[in-house]
Amino acid sequence: MSPEPRMVEVRKNVLKQNDVIARALRERFREEGILAVSLVSSPGSGKTTFLERTLTLLRPNHRVAALVGDLATENDAQRLARSGAPVKQITTGTLCHLEASMIQKALDGWDTGKLDFLFVENVGNLVCPSSYDLGEDLRLVLLSVTEGEDKPLKYPTIFNSADVAVITKMDLTAAVDFNEQALDRNIQAVRPGMQILKLSAKTGEGMQEFLDYLHKSQRLRPQAASAATSRN
Amino acid sequence: MHELSIAMSIVEMAQEEAGLRGNVQIQAVHLRLGLLAGVVKDALLSSYEMACETTPLEGSRLIIEEIPVEIYCSNCKAQRPVHSIQYFCCAECGTPSAEVTRGKELEVFALEIRE
Repeated sequence: MSPEPRMVEVRKNVLKQNDVIARALRERFREEGILAVSLVSSPGSGKTTFLERTLTLLRPNHRVAALVGDLATENDAQRLARSGAPVKQITTGTLCHLEASMIQKALDGWDTGKLDFLFVENVGNLVCPSSYDLGEDLRLVLLSVTEGEDKPLKYPTIFNSADVAVITKMDLTAAVDFNEQALDRNIQAVRPGMQILKLSAKTGEGMQEFLDYLHKSQRLRPQAASAATSRN
Repeated sequence: MHELSIAMSIVEMAQEEAGLRGNVQIQAVHLRLGLLAGVVKDALLSSYEMACETTPLEGSRLIIEEIPVEIYCSNCKAQRPVHSIQYFCCAECGTPSAEVTRGKELEVFALEIRE
């Protein structure tokens, strides 16, 4: 054994395994013509209500399915199943986020038929999910008006990793003195140019604009075997 | 708190690299951590100690180099540091940019080994 330690260069991405699976998923979604949309937010921002409404509105004319991640319980999957769409729960146990391998495992052997849209509801958490590419085409970050306008500044990493900000519970703006301009400004500060959609899944306000955005994304998305770039 | 699973991946990766080099002893792992990687340095350091327990890396050090965030500035036509992680604009001229060119790294950069 030589007395002096020496340095050897490695240069390997720690999340390489996740990124390889995510790339394969992204390619698979494109080949199958599926627009994959993931949802991240704090617990209690209204992800499940928003998703239930979205699935219900899309269902008459489109083939939709949802994967929903949670630490424990299958309550969310049961709620979403009321829409009539195929829904599968991913129970993560103690893990605070979804990883690409969990999506892959959940999809394998799940017969949903041909799909137009696949939604993936991440575990309620604004920190950990930002590091993991799930192979999605669009990542939505949800924020309810009751959470405070400075949340984007407190969690810049997740806002920066997302494609669209969805502001939920707009029916409560008056009750909480919501400052719309401040929120817009804070979102634009951490992610310049970010698309912001404001809606209420309860009253239906803004839902049509969201559906229009989904359809537009589906039309504009890259075709299979091209531009299969990683989120990171 | 996903730092423990990331620490375990680092330990696993380092062990693989040690195996490739004829089971050398690893004294330190050098990691490049971008400020936008979504990983907390202190949490990762304490998780690393835990992840090393009962492995050949027990007692080794994790040396973290933090990588600042840089964006492409369309006005300067160059890669520039961001004003701050709360304000994604060019630190030199103030032009906003969402085109992150640096700061998402989570990379085992090098190993300090003893043969």
